[in-house]
Amino acid sequence: MGRYVARRLLQMIPVFIGSTFLIFAMMYALPGDPVRALMGDQSFDPAILAAKRHELGLDLPLWQQYVNYLTGLLQGDFGTEIGSGRPIADIIADAFPVTIRLTLFAFTFMVIVGIGLGVVAGLKPNSIRDRGLLGLTLVLISMPSFVLGYLMQYVFAFQLGWITPTVQDSENMGDLLLPAIVLGSLSLAYVARLTRTSMAENLRADYMRTAVAKGLPRRRIVGVHLMRNSLVPVVTFLGTDIGNLMTGAIVTEGIFNVQGVGDAVYEALFRREGATVVGIASLIVLVYLLCSLLVDLLYAVLDPRIRYA
Amino acid sequence: MRRAAAPAAWAACALATALAAGGCTGPPAAAGGPDGILTSSWGDPQNPLEPANTNEVQGGKVLDMVFRGLKRYDPRTGRAQDMVAKSITTTDARTFTVTLQPGWTFSDGEPVTARSFTDAWNYAAHVDNVQNNAPFFADIEGYDEVHPADGKARAKTMRGLKATGERTFTATLTGAYPAWPDTLGYQAFLPLPRSFFTDHDAWLDKPVGNGPYRIASYAKGSGMKLRRWDGYRGPDRARNGGVDLTVYTDAGTAYTDLMAGNLDLVDDVPATQLKFVRNDLGDRYVNQPALIIQTLAFPMYRKEWSRPGMEKVRRGLSMAIDREQITRRIYQRTRTPADDWTSPALGARGGYRALCGAACRYDPAAARKLIAEGGGLPGGKVTLTSNVDTGSHRAWMDAVCHSVNRALGERTACTVDPVGTFADFRNRTTSQRMTGPFRSGWQADYPLIQNFLEPLYRTGGSSNHGDFTDRSFDRLVDAANARRDPAAAVGDFHAAEAVLAEQMPAIPLWYQNGSAGWSERLAGVTLNQFSVPVYDRITVL
Repeated sequence: MGRYVARRLLQMIPVFIGSTFLIFAMMYALPGDPVRALMGDQSFDPAILAAKRHELGLDLPLWQQYVNYLTGLLQGDFGTEIGSGRPIADIIADAFPVTIRLTLFAFTFMVIVGIGLGVVAGLKPNSIRDRGLLGLTLVLISMPSFVLGYLMQYVFAFQLGWITPTVQDSENMGDLLLPAIVLGSLSLAYVARLTRTSMAENLRADYMRTAVAKGLPRRRIVGVHLMRNSLVPVVTFLGTDIGNLMTGAIVTEGIFNVQGVGDAVYEALFRREGATVVGIASLIVLVYLLCSLLVDLLYAVLDPRIRYA
Repeated sequence: MRRAAAPAAWAACALATALAAGGCTGPPAAAGGPDGILTSSWGDPQNPLEPANTNEVQGGKVLDMVFRGLKRYDPRTGRAQDMVAKSITTTDARTFTVTLQPGWTFSDGEPVTARSFTDAWNYAAHVDNVQNNAPFFADIEGYDEVHPADGKARAKTMRGLKATGERTFTATLTGAYPAWPDTLGYQAFLPLPRSFFTDHDAWLDKPVGNGPYRIASYAKGSGMKLRRWDGYRGPDRARNGGVDLTVYTDAGTAYTDLMAGNLDLVDDVPATQLKFVRNDLGDRYVNQPALIIQTLAFPMYRKEWSRPGMEKVRRGLSMAIDREQITRRIYQRTRTPADDWTSPALGARGGYRALCGAACRYDPAAARKLIAEGGGLPGGKVTLTSNVDTGSHRAWMDAVCHSVNRALGERTACTVDPVGTFADFRNRTTSQRMTGPFRSGWQADYPLIQNFLEPLYRTGGSSNHGDFTDRSFDRLVDAANARRDPAAAVGDFHAAEAVLAEQMPAIPLWYQNGSAGWSERLAGVTLNQFSVPVYDRITVL
């Protein structure tokens, strides 16, 4: 087990380097000069542009810029922004906690409600409540998140006046509730459907019949035998979805004015702040990698037949 | 962020309690009266909040609250009025003696002296400090030594700046420039306290100035709390207790918050809401021309556009554009059809006059005739280019082309070349890779007619991207710059504009308006020429 984890962690290194390089090269390949764009329509001095470029190493060839970036990164230095001169580490430190809170909130919501709905429907396939769930998830899946976001904003903030339309304090869980629900709702639909299908299928499995025949109490049959086996695909989905939630927050964060990662990436892309984009994207890549490792390890817990050596 | 935000909330609370002698139960923003605090939308400033580094409106908004310079442009008339300056005198229009009003201090208690200005200006101009606004000091003697075109600086300070006393200094320019004092209202010329130089990082975290507000807290990327500085002795004390600026990445979200009573002031009403704004806000909405003009500049470095006779084609194209309809349909009247190359925000005294005349009026018959007389469009075609990432540029380009095609009776004479990003578009315009008319937007740095004409159309002008050159235009601009009497200077500039009307190196399209909407809690909201709300005059009910 320990060796397996170590191997996986080592494998992450080339993946991390490769993906950061790809993002870096893409930002580099975008046409136009971010330093020049800083000056807008106004008069400017070319010497200042050259000095800025030189100071930030933007006048070097791509590979050299990338090597510099990686060396900095290894020393914990994410670089500085072109325009504001702020260390990117500061921007990340401001934005990530907000997004992580939002993501965890959305994640918890979608796990509890999604699996709950899936179990309720999956235990009685083709019943009314099963069809009800199918309808609900269909609506959630087909509705783009900004539609849902504006709709909820309209209903809860303007019509009912229960909440403020935007997030006032990103540490207030009540404020984050609505964006978290909007963010989690698409995945919630998938989780509910996956759980439902996998439950419905496993209900007919041999081991279920055996368990029933043994006279085990229903709680144990469903809670241990059925759930554990049915959750494997759901866990796979949940693992990869954490990354999606973090990046998918761009739209939701915009609607509710949450100053998180999505907001920061959007702003940085707009201003062509390459290093900011690469820094944040790299961290999201890391989150993805770690989550998929965690998922693989969870398989072993859920299904004892799976062993890692 | 918690650590930064909590003491600030405390401070605001303590302040509200002390001033209003009330409890601190609700949010501080809910209180009204002379100490009421308003909330306003903001964008994250692109550059560090240094006066000489700030060249866009969001940073300028804060500087305008926190600082006062030698001069300030009157928000209503746009005229440069003495602020910290007691007098700026000259005998030869080249050497100016600046005397400061006594009694001005920075909010940390340091008095504003001549050195507050000279040190700040020398810092701004020096090449090593890489300040965006350094070119604004190019008129001062010795600029080329601290900021050579290439290579290292040969001096630490500019020869032309000398502090001659506690509150007087002289500035010697490279040539006569009578209107120079009027440019001093620009934020690059603001004074700086010692703490800016001694502890730069700390200063940047929480800038200290000499204006009616001081910064209570600043959370980069998310917001800033400004409070009225009670030690302010200037003539324009704030009429409210303070301003909380909140960063919005989406103007639509800010508008939503305004509608929900969650925000008091929005100074950028999104295009999608323009149709409803009258309904939503009634008279709590302002929409007025700003010092911004959009034009279509011609690449005069291309023979096919600059050869003799083409001026008729250029004028003909201008007459083929139905500005009235486009500003109404696409911009819901947040743009005003242009009839000169400056802006109505200058006012008649400042030099605005409808000098484009008939050449800026939609007249398809005359347009057809002029273009035919001039020899037709080069190759029978014209392609418009602009970046399309902001400002509905794609929409108006299509509309302009539609209008031109309809006027000429040809379906495909005019086409558009949308460029994805502003950075890319800039690259192409500055490297002279345009083959047809391209968008040229201009926001004036100070409300002077000179700023609309010289940088854009004088031979070798800093933003003359179309490479227009005309001897009589240059002569008139030089003559205007040398005039002592502002009215006479404006006369010369008008004559220079007449040259533009004849040559049409750029087609005036429309003036961009500033707009703002506010909640019922506020009164006295106005915009200055830069479309920034005049915060110190706002009262909270």
